[in-house]
Amino acid sequence: MTTSELLPLVIRWDLLALEPPGWGMVLLRGLQQSIMIAFGAYFVGLLLGLGGALGKLYGGPIVRSVLEGYTTIVRAVPELILILILYYAGTQLLSQIMQSYGYGRFDINGLAAGIGVLGFVQGAYSTEVLRGAIQAIPVGQLEAARAYGMPSVLRIRRVVLPAMMPFAIPGLANLWLIVTKDTALLAVVGIAPSELSLATRQAAGFTKQYLLFFLAAFFLYLFISLFSNWFFRVLERYFRRGQAKLS
Amino acid sequence: MAGAGSVSNLSIGAITQGTTDDLMKIIKIFAVVVVVVGVPAAFFMRWDWLNPSFQEATGAYPVYGLKLFYGVGWTVFLLLSSCCLGFMLAIPIGLVQVTGPGWLAAIARGFCTVIRGTPLLIQLWLMYYGLGSLFPSIPWIRESVFWPILREAWPYALLAFTLSFAGYEGEIMRGAFAGVPKGELEAARAFGMSPFTALRRVWLPRAIHQALPTLSGEVVLQLKSTPLAATVTIFDVFSVGTKVRQDLLIIYEPLLFIALVYVTLTAIVVLAFRYLENLVPGKRA
Repeated sequence: MTTSELLPLVIRWDLLALEPPGWGMVLLRGLQQSIMIAFGAYFVGLLLGLGGALGKLYGGPIVRSVLEGYTTIVRAVPELILILILYYAGTQLLSQIMQSYGYGRFDINGLAAGIGVLGFVQGAYSTEVLRGAIQAIPVGQLEAARAYGMPSVLRIRRVVLPAMMPFAIPGLANLWLIVTKDTALLAVVGIAPSELSLATRQAAGFTKQYLLFFLAAFFLYLFISLFSNWFFRVLERYFRRGQAKLS
Repeated sequence: MAGAGSVSNLSIGAITQGTTDDLMKIIKIFAVVVVVVGVPAAFFMRWDWLNPSFQEATGAYPVYGLKLFYGVGWTVFLLLSSCCLGFMLAIPIGLVQVTGPGWLAAIARGFCTVIRGTPLLIQLWLMYYGLGSLFPSIPWIRESVFWPILREAWPYALLAFTLSFAGYEGEIMRGAFAGVPKGELEAARAFGMSPFTALRRVWLPRAIHQALPTLSGEVVLQLKSTPLAATVTIFDVFSVGTKVRQDLLIIYEPLLFIALVYVTLTAIVVLAFRYLENLVPGKRA
């Protein structure tokens, strides 16, 4: 029995071509969109996380409990539900604000919505990673910085951030991998058009070549992950320079 | 002796202290959320669809309360079965990476990398749409006794969730197997246990105990991934919420309610694992 008898459904590799009868370009553009959303969301998440970590460590009781509620709730509710709630609530809030300032109706950019929603979710996870990393800094280093008379902003910039990086990088690498994979969730909600998973589903549905296109997307995502793994290994080596090697 | 006794007392004290502190913190947050979100929600939002007599009142819509009940059943079924099967797969995957021959270890490592490097949603769609479109075109599969099952959606979801859990958990079990002190394994060998008996009686139980805290986190992550099953036509809690949203044109109520369902399930998982962890006495950091 030959393979073609075993698999009557012939896989048409030519559909992956870059020119219009093939869907290769659509997938690659989707990949680019997904990476852009992931970058944006990661960045927003890092900013929220840095603020959240500093607030949790040095803030007053109200700030601390608000942040505690933020991280606990976001980490306890499935991302899919959070994305839906945040998307509806966020767009409603934005349009109300815009209307109160006298602007008319507007359509929110899918890219921006995806970044905002995923960034808010990432922020909760980043808060915990960065808080743990800051707490892992030997207290003596912070005390030394204070003893030199550094004001708190300078202390954060010169001592806290560089010293926490080696502790934070494994967690941050994990978060980056999570956010690249979470961009696929946007396809379920349909927020960001032409993002990789949605593009794949459209291509697969249009050509009925489900196995081919989902395999293609599978390997594109895998490629992002493998490349990121390599990148973060290099980054960690860089930030650990001058540190004693762990056995 | 007195010293040892006081140390163990102290550690037990620390454990119970830690758990009650954690619990108090969670209860406090929960109370705040109930006051800030729940009370206004109860007064200003629409909850009549949860009422079992809702159908008689309107006549047009199905009984959502009952559907939610079945939805929770689907979610719990997918969670429990995929975690159990996945964990059974994860044990050999972790074990061969620690002791197995090189090529088996490489396969296991590759499996973990591939599973952890791709979105679960794509894995699920690859199974459901990909395999699902391939199977009907193969005659001997269509004629086999499994065909009525293979035409359903849940086997594909179960397969995808199981493989995903095995991939993540295999990595953890590898660390746990490697983390069991060598002396204990040597002691087992010295007692004349065969390698398999040593694995069954010493290595595996110790590894599972070490992995329990991480395992708890993984099960919670798995629970939070189960709503993806809704994308392949499985009627779990999430899709009941979607149906309410589409039927009644209300957005926040069903979403908040199913969020509450998932938070409750998360709490149950966490408490169950805490109970399991406390079954084995020992010092914990």
